[in-house]
Amino acid sequence: MPVFYGSEIDSALMLGTAGYPSPKILADAFARSGAGIATVSLRREGGGGQDFWALIQSLGVRLLPNTAGCHSVREAVTTAHMAREVFATDWIKLEVIGHADTLQPDVFGLVEAARILAADGFKVFPYCTEDLTVCERLLDAGCQVLMPWGAPIGSGLGLNNPHGLRALRAAFPDVPLVVDAGIGLPSHAAAAMEMGYDAVLLNSAVARAGDPAAMAGAMADAIRAGRAAYLADPMERTDMAIPSTPVIGRAFL
Amino acid sequence: MRITINGSPRDVAATTLAEALAEANLTGRIATALNGTFVPATLRETTPIRDGDAIEALAPMQGG
Repeated sequence: MPVFYGSEIDSALMLGTAGYPSPKILADAFARSGAGIATVSLRREGGGGQDFWALIQSLGVRLLPNTAGCHSVREAVTTAHMAREVFATDWIKLEVIGHADTLQPDVFGLVEAARILAADGFKVFPYCTEDLTVCERLLDAGCQVLMPWGAPIGSGLGLNNPHGLRALRAAFPDVPLVVDAGIGLPSHAAAAMEMGYDAVLLNSAVARAGDPAAMAGAMADAIRAGRAAYLADPMERTDMAIPSTPVIGRAFL
Repeated sequence: MRITINGSPRDVAATTLAEALAEANLTGRIATALNGTFVPATLRETTPIRDGDAIEALAPMQGG
């Protein structure tokens, strides 16, 4: 099971709390998912914030607040401080958004904000790309986990760059890695786990499914299967056929 | 004195951040920023506010 900043979590599924049809369906989805970590955010208090706080307290999961919507280092750092106080955790999913259409991370701002926050005692979970150099800089900045995107947030496209994600896994064998964003189907989540990723963070794939609780269960099953497959050491791929039935002893007819 | 709270202009008698939040009925589990800078809960009572200040009061919300 994944270990983040010294804390072992009893599920490799990290689940977001946004976009569910109702609070009850959110709670049902969490129950079916077995997720150990819930992502949350901060927004202007306009009523509802206190009820939501009570709801997430009842889920029995660890909270990972995000800095979603922040487009600058200053916004992200201030939001992180506010989140630390409200959610009483030094964990922060750091998002510094660089592009409005793709919600692609601003990796330059991300590294800068990560360095500031890590120095201030935050345990930073950076939402990043699979770029090896950027990830190296994030580790240098004090991050002890990396969360590369699979595809743009909310797109459901799956793993856009499996080669890059595999290369990242190979480059940092001892760093906890999470595919964050872009997952649409259980097969996408399983594929990430089969590559040796430590966890998958998803939200829309469950919240926007016709039956969120059922999809949460399917995701949990897929993630378990993917992890088990990775640990079982999958066979090598080849381009040509290799007969599985023994050739020796074949009859001449 | 006119300040802005969560983007809405508001006339307040308050002289501190804590008083301004109370006037706006912003209670419970919230975090505050004054003019873009985080102000911890422990400092709200001693943080003065001035005309034109912008307060953000944020609460737990759904997120991905």
